[in-house]
Amino acid sequence: MLPKKVNTWKFHFRGSSLIVGVPYFWLLVFFLCPCLILLKISFADSVLQIPPYSNILKWINDNVAQLTFNFANYRLLFTDDLYVRTFTTSVVIAANSAFACLLIGYPMAYAIVRSRPKIRMILLMLIVLPFWTSFLIRVYSWVILLAPTGLINKALMYLGIIDQPLKLMGNYCAVAIGIVYTYLPFMVLPIYSSLEKIDNSVVEAAYDLGCTPTKAFFSVILPLSMRGVATGFSLVFMPAIGEYVMPEILGDVSTVTIGRIVWSEFFTNLSWPVASALSVMMIIFVALPVTLWYGGQQSRLNKKLNIHEKV
Amino acid sequence: MAAKSRHLNKIEPWHDPEERPYVYIENITKDYDGSAAVDEVNLSVYQGELFSLLGKSGCGKSTLLRMLAGFEMPSSGKIYIDGIDMSGIPPYRRPVSMVFQSYALFPHMNVEQNVAFGLKQEKLPRSQINERVDDVLELVQMLDFKKRKPHQLSGGQRQRIALARSLVKRPKLLLLDEPLAALDKKLREKTQLELVNIQEEVGITFIMVSHDQEEAMTMASRIGIMADGRIIQVGTPTEIYEYPNCKYVSNFVGAINMFEGLVVEEEENYAIVRSSVLDDSDIKVEHSASAAIGANVSVAIRPEKVVISKTPLKERNYNCAKGVVQDIIYLGDVSIYHVELANGHIVYSTATNLFRIAERPIQWDDEVYLYWLPENAILLTA
Repeated sequence: MLPKKVNTWKFHFRGSSLIVGVPYFWLLVFFLCPCLILLKISFADSVLQIPPYSNILKWINDNVAQLTFNFANYRLLFTDDLYVRTFTTSVVIAANSAFACLLIGYPMAYAIVRSRPKIRMILLMLIVLPFWTSFLIRVYSWVILLAPTGLINKALMYLGIIDQPLKLMGNYCAVAIGIVYTYLPFMVLPIYSSLEKIDNSVVEAAYDLGCTPTKAFFSVILPLSMRGVATGFSLVFMPAIGEYVMPEILGDVSTVTIGRIVWSEFFTNLSWPVASALSVMMIIFVALPVTLWYGGQQSRLNKKLNIHEKV
Repeated sequence: MAAKSRHLNKIEPWHDPEERPYVYIENITKDYDGSAAVDEVNLSVYQGELFSLLGKSGCGKSTLLRMLAGFEMPSSGKIYIDGIDMSGIPPYRRPVSMVFQSYALFPHMNVEQNVAFGLKQEKLPRSQINERVDDVLELVQMLDFKKRKPHQLSGGQRQRIALARSLVKRPKLLLLDEPLAALDKKLREKTQLELVNIQEEVGITFIMVSHDQEEAMTMASRIGIMADGRIIQVGTPTEIYEYPNCKYVSNFVGAINMFEGLVVEEEENYAIVRSSVLDDSDIKVEHSASAAIGANVSVAIRPEKVVISKTPLKERNYNCAKGVVQDIIYLGDVSIYHVELANGHIVYSTATNLFRIAERPIQWDDEVYLYWLPENAILLTA
């Protein structure tokens, strides 16, 4: 943090504050400014020009400036139930996907921690390895599996289990599969790192005091790894809500999500203000609560586990 | 106080052939990738003992303890606790509890929850759990800290909670893995005595692992010295110190002067040893086992049993040496004199500081005479 007294940091602008300042500067320019621009556009009017929105600041004459806030975009979001419905759907899909990630990712992380050091490195590599391939190719490869003429349908028909191809794609389930598949590493890695920090003798103490392995897991290991679970859940849940690629590729016209609506408002309807308003609402209703929940969760765990993080 | 409720109901049960060992370790071996961490160990521990496994790190003492707890399974051999074979019994079904070196308290639970944890696993009624938790916390004098979290406690307090958490289960056998290693010296000494008192009060058999010989000497009823996965000697602290059975034990426990030589003469109960280290005289040493003339032996003598004086002792034909004080290590209560003999060998002598340092009769570079009684030296053949 920068020193609080302005006059001191003016004269003692030390190297350390410069280094600490760089990320703040980065966040200011590439995060806060875009957000403010987004906020500005969300109050503008849609007009046919380049860029396709009206300026909210107008000079009436040389001395008077006028700020016009157009709330029509926000009203539209609440009056047309398409938006609320889509929003709810997106949240439900994201939550289900994050939960599925947790159910798959936790045992994976646990298995990695329990394996021998050599094998552990290989398994960790395997978790990270998919990142080396293009994200789009990985999602498209699911099309090869799930398409009506895809591998799964072909195999099932060849085996005579079905005679009509199943509709494996073009539904919310396929979208969730895609999300779970792509975001799984974000669940595994934080859980792995929190499991790895648990002192093995604490687990042994639980056995020693009469816990079966199952009981020891639920009464000691799981509570001590909650920090990783919370981080993993946020890392999957948050980006999954705004997910655009998965519903576009693995879904069909019926799988409408918030990400797709933003896209179509932006590019099909050329309604930048509505798209911006949607984004702002997402920040308010999703990003903010989750961040607050996550922050609270972490500080609660800090208190519980006595981890004093140095700022 | 219950006067003289000795922690051993019988005095020295290991001498009683009728007495059945409470913990019986039979031919235990533990292999790790071909090398034996514990090598054919046989050991009997009796009810109510405070037995200490003493050895350097890597000697296998912790592995042995972990096998008793059930965290490691022996490669061969058996462990019996109170007559029951422990083979294949997992740690959570053993009548054993362990106090870990790191204490291993559950960081997400407070003191009360930590201590109650083991009883909850037994599914005891709430009221009974509370009562027993309170009792044991009173025993370790931590009743006022019930609601604290482990990180809010000092090292010594955590150690007490770890002990309480194990004791509350009323195990048949309590295992302690270097229980005091994480405490500073003063606190360690205080806790040693407390631990012995608690052990006497609860009457549970303790097996403790330690690398600190002083700690083992202070606390243990018997000590087992371990090296390279084997138990070399088992005995009371006095036996271990006064009658070590080999050079390793005599060197490991306390300081010692060692003279190697040949047996040149045999008298009844005594042997005369000629050593190249001692020029002035032969060594006379009392022994119980017979040593053949010409055998290679070592004679060990503790520094505090070597008398140092500035005047030669009259009519002494054996165990005499003359040298120059090369160094004096002042330890407050005693001083250790490093006496260099004419042939360059150093003999250590410890003497109580009867005088203040300035009036000390023996100073650096003084010529001194050393002597010890044949009864005080130890003849070692191994």
